Amino acid sequence: MLNYILRKLALIVPTLIGISICAFAFVRVLPGDPILAMAGQHGVSPERYEILREQFGYNLPIWQQYFNYVGNLLQGNFGTSLATKRPVLNEFMTLFPATVELAMVAMIFAIGVGVPAGVLAAVKRGSWIDQIAMSVALTGYSMPIFWWGLLLMMFFSAYLGWTPVSGRIALSFFLKPITGFMLIDTLLHGNWPAFVSALRHLILPAVVLGTIPLAVIARQTRSAMLEVLGEDYVRTAKAKGLSSRRVVSVHALRNALIPVVTTIGLQVGLLLGGAILTETIFSWPGIGKWMIDSIFKRDYVAVQSGLFLIACIVMAVNLIVDVLYAVINPRIRVQ
Amino acid sequence: MKLMKTLLTATAIMALAAGAAQAKQLVYCSEASPAHFDPGPLTGGNDFDASSHTIYNRLVEFVPGGTAVEPALAESWEVSEDGLEITFKLRPGVKFQTTSYFTPTRDLNASDVIFTFERQYKEDNPWFAYLDGMTWDYFQGMDMPKYIKEIVAVDDLTVKFVLNEPNSPMIANLAMDFASIVSKEYADQLEASGDLAAFSTQPVGTGPFQLVDYQLDTVIRYQAFPDYWDGKRNLDDLIFAITTDPSVRAQRLIAGECDIMPYPAPADIAVLQGNDDLVVLEQEGLNIGYMSYNVTEAPFDNVNVRKALSMAVDKAAIIEAVYQGAGQDAKNLIPPTMWSYNDSIAADVYDPEAAKKLLEEAGVTNLTTDLWAMPVSRPYNPNAQRVAELIQADWAAIGVTANIVSYEWTEYRERGKQTDRKGPFQIGWTGDNGDPDNFFATLFSCSAIGVSNYSAWCNDEFEALIQKAKTTSDQAERTALYEEAQVIFKADEPALTLAHSKVFMPMNKRVLNYTMSPLGNHSFKDVDVTE
Repeated sequence: MLNYILRKLALIVPTLIGISICAFAFVRVLPGDPILAMAGQHGVSPERYEILREQFGYNLPIWQQYFNYVGNLLQGNFGTSLATKRPVLNEFMTLFPATVELAMVAMIFAIGVGVPAGVLAAVKRGSWIDQIAMSVALTGYSMPIFWWGLLLMMFFSAYLGWTPVSGRIALSFFLKPITGFMLIDTLLHGNWPAFVSALRHLILPAVVLGTIPLAVIARQTRSAMLEVLGEDYVRTAKAKGLSSRRVVSVHALRNALIPVVTTIGLQVGLLLGGAILTETIFSWPGIGKWMIDSIFKRDYVAVQSGLFLIACIVMAVNLIVDVLYAVINPRIRVQ
Repeated sequence: MKLMKTLLTATAIMALAAGAAQAKQLVYCSEASPAHFDPGPLTGGNDFDASSHTIYNRLVEFVPGGTAVEPALAESWEVSEDGLEITFKLRPGVKFQTTSYFTPTRDLNASDVIFTFERQYKEDNPWFAYLDGMTWDYFQGMDMPKYIKEIVAVDDLTVKFVLNEPNSPMIANLAMDFASIVSKEYADQLEASGDLAAFSTQPVGTGPFQLVDYQLDTVIRYQAFPDYWDGKRNLDDLIFAITTDPSVRAQRLIAGECDIMPYPAPADIAVLQGNDDLVVLEQEGLNIGYMSYNVTEAPFDNVNVRKALSMAVDKAAIIEAVYQGAGQDAKNLIPPTMWSYNDSIAADVYDPEAAKKLLEEAGVTNLTTDLWAMPVSRPYNPNAQRVAELIQADWAAIGVTANIVSYEWTEYRERGKQTDRKGPFQIGWTGDNGDPDNFFATLFSCSAIGVSNYSAWCNDEFEALIQKAKTTSDQAERTALYEEAQVIFKADEPALTLAHSKVFMPMNKRVLNYTMSPLGNHSFKDVDVTE
């Protein structure tokens, strides 16, 4: 097992180098000049332009700029935002809990609905339940997030008034962040109404963000279940006279969940990468919205470091999933 | 005794609860997060809303809803006869805000004013570059280093600005956001502690509200400054709920999550206007969207060709289709809300037949040209690509072929200002200080060629008028000069003036006394809310 983990860790080094090159190259192929982008409608004088180019190292040859960038990364220096002049890592870490919280709740929703729906569709294969579940899953998968988010917001928030329109908590609650996770912080403050408010604010964004993973998980669960339900050991279990419920939940589902866990892992990785559209629609102060804002502001330092940090997180999540997968399925380790 | 204590506690809690209920709160759904809270180096309207209009004051300020200047931290000012000295008398007893990180020991004095400006141009000042890569865009952009020779303290409450040459717009410049007065005592405290960057995140000003808390990309909380020099404001708490998407802002306003919002999406305006709980204020923006001809390039060096091309453009159709009613035909470079607007100028006529004839007379046939379209939506032109398509069609009707070109925004402006640029160029301007010089000299003076004079137009007569107006202190005389300049501008047609956009401000009916500023900023100093 240790060998397996070490092999996976060794693979991370070239991946990190690749990511650093991609992030570095990405902002340099973006059109526009970062110095000019920083100046307002009055522009910047040629003298000041040269001073700033030198200050940011944009006057150096491109390879030297790259090595300086990697050197800084190795020292944990992710640079200072061109727009806010604050350390990029500080901004990232301030906003990251909001993204994690939303991603987690969205995944709980996706798994909580997706797995039972997939199981039910497989067990009732060909029935109207199967048809409806799979049609809904396909619709969910194909739905443009932006449109879906606005639609839900207009109906549940603006028309019915059941859920808040956007934000993380009602503005009447003024709680100092402790962990950055609103649900946890409200409980740590012992403020129950604030917890309820934070939960209500999470409902719509989590449903919107969880819709696609839900569809993927439901379809994956269904096909894995169908495969397993046709196996000999399931027939044996049925022949032994076990109840259908026991056959499905103990014999079939446990084995069917192995590929589902991989799917879930990959989806978590994607969601932590910043749910750009969902965060933008709901003004959710997470890293997805922060990245978009930074791109619009041509804040190249923030975009470059943000890309690198997000890629690292996705990689870390994938590593954890790989290890968990190996724990669940010993054959993987041998391979 | 125990019962007495319980009763007293209960009474105290009830009193507190009652107090809390009476606190007047306004929630403003702002459009973006501020970069930080030091207005000197900032450039964005949302940055200024969150800093200079809440936390700070200036020596002089624009009157609410107008572009005239009124006393603020300076009670009065005097301009010397030669126009080279402006002496400000500071208001006595102005307090700086007391916060958890700073307790002032003295009132505002001349040293604060001198520090405010010297940090923006004296490179040996430790505050000149106290943040990485910072620039003093507005101070530089308004040519302040060129005009200011020195700023001296005559006494504790008197400051004299000594200028290199007379400059009438200087007073208006000092009402701009970058000229917000900061505390030298606070700067000294931070310098001693070595934490200069805190100056931008933990602000201290003299303004009507003081910062309580900022959660990145989420919410900014302010409370009324109790010792504000003009008396404590009506609002107790002011909250900026940062909501970047305009449609979401509108939904939040409808749902009552915020009381007031800026920049609604054009498609939402009718819905907001139709809501019984809301009121939508509107005003012409202090801006201009225009299309510059490069007058050094043939055939655009011929005034009749320029006039013909302008005449062929159906501006009313553009305003209808692109501005969706939120625009006004621009016959002059400056908007009608600005003093010295020359209303006697005749509006542009749309006459494709006459345009065709004029082109033929100029000997121009089968003209093919580039037509530049901005890649971004701006307040003065919401969709330059669409405008370009409409102009392209209009010109096709008179036999002119236009190829639409566009680049990334900074690249676009860089290429546009090259004097050898080919083809008419769409651009625009939003006024900084309400002074006509900010439009005429910035956009069409000879010295602005290669910078922001995209027409490369240098007209001696026009230049003489605007330069004279810049150094004349008499407002009536300045008005006459600018009015004449507009006549020359129109006669020579260096650019087609397209439209001034309208700005909308939807709010809940419980919001009282909100005044829209033609300068586009959002101030809640005088706002009240019904209980």
